[in-house]
Amino acid sequence: MTFLDFETLRVIWWVLLGVLLIGFALTDGYDMGVASLLPWVARTDLERRMVINSVGPHWEGHQAWFILGGGAIFAAWPFVYAVSFSGFYLAMFVVLAAMILRPVGFKYRSKRPDPAWRARWDWALFVGGFVPALVFGVAIGNVLLGLPFRLDSDLRAFYEGSFFALFTPFALLCGLLSVAMLVLHGSTWLAFKIEHGAVRDRARGIGVVAALASITLFALGGVYLWLGRIGYQVVGVVDPFGASNPLRTAAADTPGAWLSNYAAHPLLAIVPALGFVGALVAFVGLRRSAERVAFAGSGLSAVGIIGAVGTSMFPFIVPSSIDARSSLLVWNASSSEHTLAIMLFCTAVLLPLVLVYTAWAIRVMRGKVTSAEIRTNPDRY
Amino acid sequence: MDPGIVDLSRLQFALTALYHFLFVPLTLGLSFLLVIMESIYVMTDRPIWRDITRFWAKLFGINFVLGVATGLTMEFQFGTNWSYFSHYVGDIFGAPLAIEGLMAFFLEATFVGLMFFAWDRLSKVAHLMVTFLVALGTNLSALWILVANGWMQNPTGAAFNYESMRMEVTDFGAVLLNPIAQAKFVHTVSAGYVIASVFVLGVSAWFLLHKRFVPIATRSMTVAAAFGLAASLSVVVLGDESGYALTDNQKMKLAAIEAAWHTAPAPAGITLFGLPDLESRTTRYKVEVPWVLGLIATRSFDKEVAGMSELVLKAQERITSGVFAYDAVERLKVDPKDVDARALFELHRRDLGYALLLKRIVADPRSATPQQIAATAWDTVPNVPLMFWAFRFMALIGFAMIALFAAAFALCSLRKHSTSRWFWKLAVLALPLPWIAAELGWIVAEMGRQPWAIDGVLPTFLAPSSLSRPELWITLVGFTALYGTLAVIEVRLMLSAIRQGPYDHVDPQPAPGPLPATPLTA
Repeated sequence: MTFLDFETLRVIWWVLLGVLLIGFALTDGYDMGVASLLPWVARTDLERRMVINSVGPHWEGHQAWFILGGGAIFAAWPFVYAVSFSGFYLAMFVVLAAMILRPVGFKYRSKRPDPAWRARWDWALFVGGFVPALVFGVAIGNVLLGLPFRLDSDLRAFYEGSFFALFTPFALLCGLLSVAMLVLHGSTWLAFKIEHGAVRDRARGIGVVAALASITLFALGGVYLWLGRIGYQVVGVVDPFGASNPLRTAAADTPGAWLSNYAAHPLLAIVPALGFVGALVAFVGLRRSAERVAFAGSGLSAVGIIGAVGTSMFPFIVPSSIDARSSLLVWNASSSEHTLAIMLFCTAVLLPLVLVYTAWAIRVMRGKVTSAEIRTNPDRY
Repeated sequence: MDPGIVDLSRLQFALTALYHFLFVPLTLGLSFLLVIMESIYVMTDRPIWRDITRFWAKLFGINFVLGVATGLTMEFQFGTNWSYFSHYVGDIFGAPLAIEGLMAFFLEATFVGLMFFAWDRLSKVAHLMVTFLVALGTNLSALWILVANGWMQNPTGAAFNYESMRMEVTDFGAVLLNPIAQAKFVHTVSAGYVIASVFVLGVSAWFLLHKRFVPIATRSMTVAAAFGLAASLSVVVLGDESGYALTDNQKMKLAAIEAAWHTAPAPAGITLFGLPDLESRTTRYKVEVPWVLGLIATRSFDKEVAGMSELVLKAQERITSGVFAYDAVERLKVDPKDVDARALFELHRRDLGYALLLKRIVADPRSATPQQIAATAWDTVPNVPLMFWAFRFMALIGFAMIALFAAAFALCSLRKHSTSRWFWKLAVLALPLPWIAAELGWIVAEMGRQPWAIDGVLPTFLAPSSLSRPELWITLVGFTALYGTLAVIEVRLMLSAIRQGPYDHVDPQPAPGPLPATPLTA
């Protein structure tokens, strides 16, 4: 592909990294929200089954976004895959353990009628939704702050942080924002998918609170970046066509740098604005019983919030807080030009196909989840 | 690199991979058996085939979910535990994993939901298509994973780039069409088909022994017998031995499997039995069949099968040559424009990985003595007794499976399968065997790859992340506890679903009202 040069391919793959994270948040995100809400919006077994069946036919497909996220970061950004997942070693274990519990919980809960069995799986599902939502946010918060890693001349990564050091006030704020954002998305889904009744009303009530929490926490995060003067900046010239070797660039810790992209390109402010507008639309939609609008709003809010992380940090992907030269940038942490081109071709062919059959699957399973159907249809969880 | 970190990382990878591979092969095979059963339903329109399909689909679901859940660990484990590996070969190795996600996992995961939930929302033919797409997805998934694994055994289509200090793709077509990957794909999915056939055969036999669901059991048995016979023949005949003549490491793997300490005159004989002795580097009490190995491994009468001593000598040459490549890379790190170093690197680049083997005993391979090089060359020999015995048990089970399915097929053809009590007992007893063979197969393929993570490119002991021992112990204990609990739950659910049988799939309801131990009390 000669018409796409290395620099363009790197930018495209940076955008696709965002598309993947957003795809994951829009699909698996509401599973996480729904699972986090499960013990709070549904009291009886029938209500809980309605909640679980609202995502029942789709959670496997949503999980594919997580798998694809891992694979695509490995293929396009191998440094990011190697440095971040080994650095977040114990946090990743916690996420994986929780993400393993969730599918098993969906599938196995209904296999036995024993109430104690079902109550245990309900808690497993709650953990499987809430814990990843929190830890993903904490991880993004730490990436914004910079990770304590350095690369040696063989480009082997050494991480100097610890598990508990991840939970700084700013990172926790990001974690709570992530929970609020996904709980909002989960509650708009439940409001949209579940028949009129107690579950839907409780979901709407919690969703309204989550929308306000999202707006507040997102605003606080922005203020923290500004007043806490967090951020990094590239010093000197970086060759965007150069070989992927972080050690050939220099980055510096520059106070407030994460907001400098917006000063240079004011139009970029549209992205974080979407985060606020989306949550507001979800809030209004939930209050006025316009569930479709609310679900679109919560999705839009996730696009804006995740997109804002990207637009703030560009061209950084994972800055190092202890060795500026080791920082991973769009220009120095990608795969080779050849691999990026091949993977772009594969994505361009296969991803639209995925979207088409996902839409078809959603269409086949359209309609509200009703207590009558849950009671009578033996195929349901 | 702390050897304890290397060993713990390898132990964790082996445990999680072997555990994952308890569920995956059954998914691979049972999905196609479901397609066959549902096709019969669509073609004959007889409701019993719908019940048959739905019963096995229920067991499929219990198994499938654990394959998916434990697959998450595999997808991220290269990054968490093998970060230097991920950096060093991510440019090539990551691509098949990403394509697997896009092309295969999305397909199976999206349609498996419809397979379970859309019986009443789709036409019969549309539902069959959905089941077929699930089977296609799972098998494509195996294809891409084995393209990645095949590249670890035979890293074609890539070259070391000293500017980015890693391997990069030069020919993606060669990575895709890697003959070892293709041999592995056929061998592995066939093994999955055998496992699923033994599963259906054994459970059906158990029903017949207890005189339950006889019409369903006899029909299921017929499908499993035919599919299993074809699969068990293909798993042995299309075994991946054909790839063993390709690279030095593959040749070494074959020599270790055969405990062939020296090159024998062509065509080489196959060792059926013996006691490999590491000390004297000989095999005692050897029982040999002449010619057979030469025919299998080289597909000829006149080509030799290399022995370990000769392969070690070759490794010694390659280490010596690799030290020059290593020296060139170190000089290029300082001055990327050093023309002499570039020329030296071009001459010896093929052997760079061999120089890295020296890093186990010396920090700088350039300072290694000839004695150290000679000793390190013997590191290229994998664990011979383990390879020798693991392969023999796997092959023995493979032949036993052919015999089992030949008997099953004969009985079904003669319509005696619904009366042969001895065979039912045999089929139930055979249930664990193909799983044992599949796990042994993984051990032969991956232990036989040692000391390499990537054959001839990256030694395993250089590949792990820079973690600490406590971190690794926490996750090892954590995964063992989580996986152990899930295994117990899975087996219990499977057994109770089998006992319940095909006809009672309405969920028993618990009493209405709030559940115990809930956060909200009404």
